[in-house]
Amino acid sequence: MAIMENKQILFGLYDDEQVLMDAVKEARSEHLDILDVYTPFPVHGLDPILGLAESRLHIVGFLFGCVGALTAFLGMTWIFTDEWPMIIGGKPYWAVPAFIPITFEITVLFASIGMVVVFYAVNGLSPRTHTEVLHPRITDDKFAIAFDTSHATEDEFNQLKSFFERSGAEVHIKE
Amino acid sequence: MSAIVSPVREPLITGSKTYHQITEDICAPTEKTPNLSWVIAFGAAVTLMAFGVFCILWTIWFGIGTWNLNRTIGWGWDITNFVWWIGIGHAGTLISAILLIFRQKWRTGVNRAAEAMTIFAVLCAALFPGIHVGRIWLVFYFFPVPNTRGPLWVNFNSPLLWDLFAISTYFTVSLLFWYMGLIPDFATIRDRASGLRKKVYSLLSFGWVGSAKHWQRFESMALILAGLATPLVLSVHTIVSFDFATSVIPGWHTTIFPPYFVAGAIFSGFAMVLTLMIITRKVLGLEDYITISHIESMNKVILVTGSMVGVAYITELFIAWYSGYVYEQFAFLNRAFGVYWWAYFAMMACNVLSPQIFWIKKMRRNIFVTFLMSIFVNIGMWFERFVIIATTLARDYLPSSWSYYTPTWVEIGIFIGTIGIFFTLYLIFTRVAPVVAIAEVKSVLKYGGDQYIDVNRKHYEEVIEHEVKKQSKQAVEA
Repeated sequence: MAIMENKQILFGLYDDEQVLMDAVKEARSEHLDILDVYTPFPVHGLDPILGLAESRLHIVGFLFGCVGALTAFLGMTWIFTDEWPMIIGGKPYWAVPAFIPITFEITVLFASIGMVVVFYAVNGLSPRTHTEVLHPRITDDKFAIAFDTSHATEDEFNQLKSFFERSGAEVHIKE
Repeated sequence: MSAIVSPVREPLITGSKTYHQITEDICAPTEKTPNLSWVIAFGAAVTLMAFGVFCILWTIWFGIGTWNLNRTIGWGWDITNFVWWIGIGHAGTLISAILLIFRQKWRTGVNRAAEAMTIFAVLCAALFPGIHVGRIWLVFYFFPVPNTRGPLWVNFNSPLLWDLFAISTYFTVSLLFWYMGLIPDFATIRDRASGLRKKVYSLLSFGWVGSAKHWQRFESMALILAGLATPLVLSVHTIVSFDFATSVIPGWHTTIFPPYFVAGAIFSGFAMVLTLMIITRKVLGLEDYITISHIESMNKVILVTGSMVGVAYITELFIAWYSGYVYEQFAFLNRAFGVYWWAYFAMMACNVLSPQIFWIKKMRRNIFVTFLMSIFVNIGMWFERFVIIATTLARDYLPSSWSYYTPTWVEIGIFIGTIGIFFTLYLIFTRVAPVVAIAEVKSVLKYGGDQYIDVNRKHYEEVIEHEVKKQSKQAVEA
């Protein structure tokens, strides 16, 4: 949902998340094609209204966790049974209980790093990303609904504008 | 328009803030030139840090012989300080992860600073294992990496190695969690800034724009990271306690160590959070976000964990007696009445007796008492680690090798130096990053803002009044 270049964006700013949610509901019922909604903080209850599917990041976390657990456990197993077997404190080479703490830590480490990296990747966030915000107050106290009007006809454009006026937004255009 | 709020809840944000006012208030310290008191504090912290670095270099240059450790007492201030700092580093993740899972909304006022504190404390802690080995250039062999001495691997069965993994994982995950929360707030600062500041914060904010899908993923990830960090935070001090508990030293090899260390870590961590927060809220004018009720909540945690630690101390004594094992009995008698009796009594007084003052509500809500108590607890928890480590080692199985230990100026200097490092980093943090999580506070404004609570209370009272009238009318009619 990143904002592409050479696009014309029509957006309305709202002062309150409740007003925004009502407006999103109305826009959905009028079948207006919302480009994105921008808020200064996570607004609970917005996702179902906006029709966003649930995030699948937790699956990513689980998979990375599995990789971490296997890496740690199989790695230690290989090192202590095959690579360089060593008797320590009379324990067997394959001392499973003693491997648990490191296996746990590496599981958590892999799951966390993997999930965070995937989060940044799918959102297109990085130190080199310099996406302009539509309006500087969006990260402060304004809530925005944006429409892509690059290819909109005059009628469609006016329809969107009147929607914003009805729902109590301050209308802006960004080229 | 307000969300449903319990009318009996105390407000989390006072002063009838609007969203914009929250941004203004919290961004202000990062946008102003620091005042004189900050400069003085920073100068003092850097001086201490410089002395610490000097002492560390002294140790590396001349060797561990510059410390007063001996054959009997092989761990002294170094490992005491290490465990102390790691313990302090437990509050941040506890507040941000465990309280997130328990939906404790008051955490939003303090989690950012507590997480920062965690990261800085873990950094200070991580210094000690590095330097206490004496030959820092051999620290390379801590890590299970292929090396030139044939396939020589680390001992995966050793709790000391588990500790290395626990602490590096904890540091990494805490850092990721903290930075992820900072990104939307850095974006807020970016959009208020211009010139070079804007460029720097553009880099730091990763191009965050506040899209609904991004927020959804953000929240989903925050919850899962919290879920992962919760067992992690408990595992870290458990594994630190394994460093002692898996040994065969009377006074160390007790099964109570993991829960007892974790409770102690939370206890000392909250004390350090309070020490910092009481100063920070005053200096940066954040009293509306870190209110007395936040302080009271943390004092309740201190009371609970302090009492848990107290129960653990007494349990240890009881089990030592009940075991019928003379070495164990001696270890604990020696702890309380031996050469280091003063450390034991300092520990008991600071950790077990003094927090009991928080049974009184007035004391929990008194800033001066809280501040004083937080210092007591920090001191007490340092003594706890000293008692466990030095006292136990000083009297081992052979009376001929009994010994006593006092630190040299180098050891004291390194400890003071870590305090300098900690405060230097914290003071920098208060100038460059929002000390309170802006987006998170905004998201609880309608739940915990005083203006919304008042509206709800009035509405609640009206409803009750209406019901009472209706019922009395029905009674009259009947």
